[in-house]
Amino acid sequence: MIELRVNGQSHNVSADPDTPLLYVLRDELQLNAAKFGCGLGQCGSCTVLVDGAPTLSCVTPIMLLEGRQITTVEGLGTAEDPGPMQRAFIEEQSAQCGYCIPGMMMRAQGLLQRNPRATDAEIRAYLEPNLCRCGTHMRILRAVKRAAAMMTGPDASPSTHTPVPASAQPDTSETDGDSQRDRRHSEKRERPER
Amino acid sequence: MSKALVRGISRREVLRGTGALVLSFSLTPAVVLSQASATASPGDPGGGKLPGSLGKNPLLDAWIRVDADGKVTAFTGKAELGQGVRTALTQVVAEELEIPFEQVSLVTADTGRTVDEGYTAGSHSVQDSGTALRNAAAQVREILIGEAARRLKLPADRLHADTGAVIGPNSARITYAELVSANLLHVDAQPVSKLKDPTFFKVMEKPIQRVDIPGKVTGGGAYVQDMRLPGMLHARVIRPPSYGARLLPLDVSNIEKMTGVVRVLRDGRFLAVVAYREFQAIKAMQALSRVAKWEEVASLPSQARIHGFLLGLPAEDHVILDKHDGAGNVGKPVEATYTRPYISHGSIGPSCAVAHLADGVMTIWTHTQGVYPDRRAISEMLGMPADKVHCIHVEGSGCYGHNGADDAAADAALIANSMPDRPIRLQWMREQEHGWEPYGPAMVAKARASLDSKGRIADWDYGVWSNTHTMRPGPAGSLVAAQHMEKAFSPQEPEPIPQPEGGGDRNAVPLYVLANARVTHHFLRQMPVRVSALRSLGAHMNVFAIESFMDELALAAGTDPVAFRLAHLDDSRAREVVTAAADEFHWADRPTPAGGHGSGFAFARYKNLAAYCAVAMQVHVDRDTGWIRVLRVAAAVDTGQVINPDGVRNQIEGGILQSLSWTMFEGVTFDDTHITSIDWSTYPILRFGSVPESLTVRVVDRPGSAFLGCGEAAQGPAAAALANAVANATGRRIRDLPLNAARVKAATSV
Amino acid sequence: MKKFFTRRLVVRLFWVLGALVLAFLLYAWRSPIPPIDAPAAESFDAAAIRRGAQLAALGDCATCHTAPGGETFAGGRAVETPFGTIYSTNITPDTPTGIGRWSQVAFQRAMREGVDREGDHLYPAFPYDHFTLVNDEDSAALYAYIMTREPVRAKTPDNRLAFPFNMRFMIAGWKLIFLHSGPYEPDNQHDAQWNRGAYLANGIGHCGACHTPRNGLGAEIAAQHFGGGEAEGWYAYAINADSKSLEAWNAEDLHMYLSKGWHDRHGDAHGPMAAVAQNLSSLPDADVKAIASYVASVMGNRSPALPAAGADAGAEKASLSAAPSNDTGAAIYATTCASCHDGTRALPFGGVKLMLSTAVTGESSTNLINVILDGLHAPEGTAGAIMPGFSTTLTDGQLESLVAYIRSNLGAQPPWTGVENTVREARSRDRD
Repeated sequence: MIELRVNGQSHNVSADPDTPLLYVLRDELQLNAAKFGCGLGQCGSCTVLVDGAPTLSCVTPIMLLEGRQITTVEGLGTAEDPGPMQRAFIEEQSAQCGYCIPGMMMRAQGLLQRNPRATDAEIRAYLEPNLCRCGTHMRILRAVKRAAAMMTGPDASPSTHTPVPASAQPDTSETDGDSQRDRRHSEKRERPER
Repeated sequence: MSKALVRGISRREVLRGTGALVLSFSLTPAVVLSQASATASPGDPGGGKLPGSLGKNPLLDAWIRVDADGKVTAFTGKAELGQGVRTALTQVVAEELEIPFEQVSLVTADTGRTVDEGYTAGSHSVQDSGTALRNAAAQVREILIGEAARRLKLPADRLHADTGAVIGPNSARITYAELVSANLLHVDAQPVSKLKDPTFFKVMEKPIQRVDIPGKVTGGGAYVQDMRLPGMLHARVIRPPSYGARLLPLDVSNIEKMTGVVRVLRDGRFLAVVAYREFQAIKAMQALSRVAKWEEVASLPSQARIHGFLLGLPAEDHVILDKHDGAGNVGKPVEATYTRPYISHGSIGPSCAVAHLADGVMTIWTHTQGVYPDRRAISEMLGMPADKVHCIHVEGSGCYGHNGADDAAADAALIANSMPDRPIRLQWMREQEHGWEPYGPAMVAKARASLDSKGRIADWDYGVWSNTHTMRPGPAGSLVAAQHMEKAFSPQEPEPIPQPEGGGDRNAVPLYVLANARVTHHFLRQMPVRVSALRSLGAHMNVFAIESFMDELALAAGTDPVAFRLAHLDDSRAREVVTAAADEFHWADRPTPAGGHGSGFAFARYKNLAAYCAVAMQVHVDRDTGWIRVLRVAAAVDTGQVINPDGVRNQIEGGILQSLSWTMFEGVTFDDTHITSIDWSTYPILRFGSVPESLTVRVVDRPGSAFLGCGEAAQGPAAAALANAVANATGRRIRDLPLNAARVKAATSV
Repeated sequence: MKKFFTRRLVVRLFWVLGALVLAFLLYAWRSPIPPIDAPAAESFDAAAIRRGAQLAALGDCATCHTAPGGETFAGGRAVETPFGTIYSTNITPDTPTGIGRWSQVAFQRAMREGVDREGDHLYPAFPYDHFTLVNDEDSAALYAYIMTREPVRAKTPDNRLAFPFNMRFMIAGWKLIFLHSGPYEPDNQHDAQWNRGAYLANGIGHCGACHTPRNGLGAEIAAQHFGGGEAEGWYAYAINADSKSLEAWNAEDLHMYLSKGWHDRHGDAHGPMAAVAQNLSSLPDADVKAIASYVASVMGNRSPALPAAGADAGAEKASLSAAPSNDTGAAIYATTCASCHDGTRALPFGGVKLMLSTAVTGESSTNLINVILDGLHAPEGTAGAIMPGFSTTLTDGQLESLVAYIRSNLGAQPPWTGVENTVREARSRDRD
């Protein structure tokens, strides 16, 4: 039995420790949002937040996640009470088939939680790991911008759902009392022409 | 449908097309219907024919039911693919039936509940199902009004319908619930309907929010991948490493002993594992893949020389246009050859199906585009009567044509067939979707034309070489599982889809006025690589080629590309769309090409029957890297009577971006034995780094005209607009897709 | 007692010092070269432009002289040095902000002597200590290529260097010691191909700029040529006789690696080397072969401490017997890495066999840690390996266990030192 904390709730899951988080979320915890797109870490459809940082759940075995805070789209709000990211995607009608959208939302959520004033260029660059085959990109960008405005605007309300700390302490074996480790999610683009 | 449709198609062409209506290719009954309705108004198809799909399914209560409690259920044989059709069709019914939008529920493609409307394909959903539902709803409304008139002993014209009730003078009001009775709607539709005047639309033509999006962004169950049935088991197939691979003797005992494994299935070359948990099934699949040994045959042609190979295949020539009105003085001919590679659907979610054999009935939940055809194929494969197989459409990720969905359904059914009473969830892996889906065919087009002394096209010759663009079920032999079983079925003989729809020759006949023109479809029967329908079929390639060629001719004539097109268009709706896109783009003020910047334009009417679409694009090309940056895109679309303007915009935006991906990056790769592009690392598609800086779509609304399908209208024009912009930016014309960095750099460097 | 520092001596010392300073300033001063009108593109020979394009690819000019997301050659990329941040200049032929008014003489002086048109010394972040070897003909070809690029209006940002490093004339002193100006002289002890390789690798290719260690003044230590160095947070392995690759490199292997960017028995090129391999693919094959043959000869005879070719069996034996028990690392590897790295997908798309990779057997853990944390990003629009990063998944402790497992059990090598620090640095590094 492994204990996982998902959207603020603890679950004892019976899946084998080597099971990727994606299958545990979908099959055992019956959470639909994170999707199987490739199982190879290439498309981003499975993106969730782990301690506030976007993580590909299809390549993350649950044995690595004890004591970590996992957030899925279901943790951003409900159909009755959607959170800002969800409202933004609904208002912008930002979906065609919609399959890639939860991954996009979590990736964007991870960005905006750290950098609520991300520029258009930063949003665009940050979403690079996520694929959309229907071509909904323009709307996705508009939705993320809209979510950012909702999160930072004058009537921004704190999420009514489990807040995820932007840089939560991972469960490490560090004993030196080191201060907050900045686990910045660094991006190194390798354009082949350069 | 609007009489305007008839303009631009000569009488001769209509008659020629009529000949093609008598076809034995039974998979496209919708073709017959759209043809029938192509010449008349939305409410009166003319000639006593019933509008849209009503022709094949005339009973009104097959389409609309009103329950004793007033609940309205509409039924469509079409499926929601992510194109927003569920919402659009609901709008149509709510509008004509005078019911609040929220009170209509729509049942989609289900062999147990809805009519057979073939495939949700070819941009026919709104044209055929939308037309049928609109007319059916209008007629149901009139029947209800008639019933109220009878009860109130008033003439019907003193009554009207509003918000689920019939209203009369002196506050007379009878709800639909009170009016409806057992067989009231069990009547055939009439040829003529009283359709609402668009001026009074309450929900049609409004950007009503899609009904499915809230669930999809809040974790609601929306896809077949989300289904969880009690006792459900997880399955994976093990596909051969290549098309013709033969399975050598195999000992599966170690796999059967793996934790959680319930069954290892072998039927000829068909291999599958079933387990309690999904990851157990995946591990068993991986283990079985390592254990299975195959004998392979190098049977694929050279990918680098595929177009030469295709041109060398025996071809069946179909001349689909042959006009001679006197040549006159012509200049030197301009000639060009264009090519495109095989293109993958690349659905973001690999195909999936759930199948359950219980009480002698096989129920399959599947994202196939055609529940009835897939049912026929699967029942033939299993040797079961068709009425014992029940296919229910549940959404998958976008399919863009015939992807792995039908095969996944067959895989699931074959497995479930050997494990009665256990629901089986069968999920394809990424590599399987990429490796086994039927691709959009590789194609070659050759264009040749001369200009007269006035710079107008004097003669035109166009030929396109292509495999079939449909190997859909069909017979069992269209299914991979059936081909791999011990008692194997053979794939069906490929057939060309006749004009005016066409397959490889879709949009091979341009809409331009051409006095002397010959268009030939060279149909290639031999298919070295598995192919079938990919969004827009031959239109992507033909419009890319024709619209690139139009620019080459415009250059030779010294004429502005937009002006050149207008000079050859007499279809007023086409002219309006071209002008609208040029205006949206500020074409007249576009910068002269310099510093790697350039602009391009393209236009087509999808199938010369559906929506009109023009696209203008501004790009920057970096000579040193070959990198194309799309800066600005402006498009205009005329899709007839608009149901949901935001839905139209969404489809055109999506079509443009998807086409940019195909056109700039994509091509299936293979060696002499294997498909080698089997995931996103080997088959790259558009990512956010290549998304245009701006994209606007102007929708030309035509209230009161017929519905035209717009889901595939943008693929061709976007491809050509890009190619034309690159040519404008660099002064070099590239005619082979994809226009990737390596190709652009080779053409433009130094 | 007589005072040693008499007034006369002090005065004389001041005069001597003053003379020395004056001499130095005279030495350091370079005359400006008059600006010219930007030459017309048509005035250049097409063959020279093509040759220049190849040389620019080998020289990797675009990588330094292009800001992330910026126009090619328009400069503005921050180059971090131990002395501060230097921004690469705009070398497009734009006249106000680029080098559009540079004559060929000015261009060649910059390459050969590290002096710009106006006479200012250039920081050796621009590796003219290598470019000085480029011969006149190639220099002219490069000039032809550069001057026929698209002019881009982009002002180069000011450098951020603390005193005294912001005093350009001080560089003259550096040059006095470390710059040996002048084109390449062939070594008669080696054949034409070797010499060509040496000319390209040490000249425009400036391989040693990354692959050679530097002293406190930032100059390459000549005696340790190709002995290993650093670039932008990555380690450039020793490519001389101290090479730590599991199997000996030969010219053929190097040729494949340099032209394709990977070799199944050595590893993949990542970080700054990925761009190098990409650029080399546009060079004539003969040149890549020449470079490969030169570098292979520098690698020469392997250090006897390392196993010879075909040593995987030995490595496996070593891994089974000698490696310390590391259940955490083993478990992480098995569940997180093995599916790709022990899979059947062919390179370069599948995971490299770690036991064969220099990233595992090499002298530094930096590159392995970088790749584990960041993964490999999908190149836009081109087929290329994609690997997910694990920076958000692995804690530092888990990462260290994994690295130790890979090093000992797969690489069969003694553990790296300072892995904790390397991890800390890798996590905090600002990447563009």
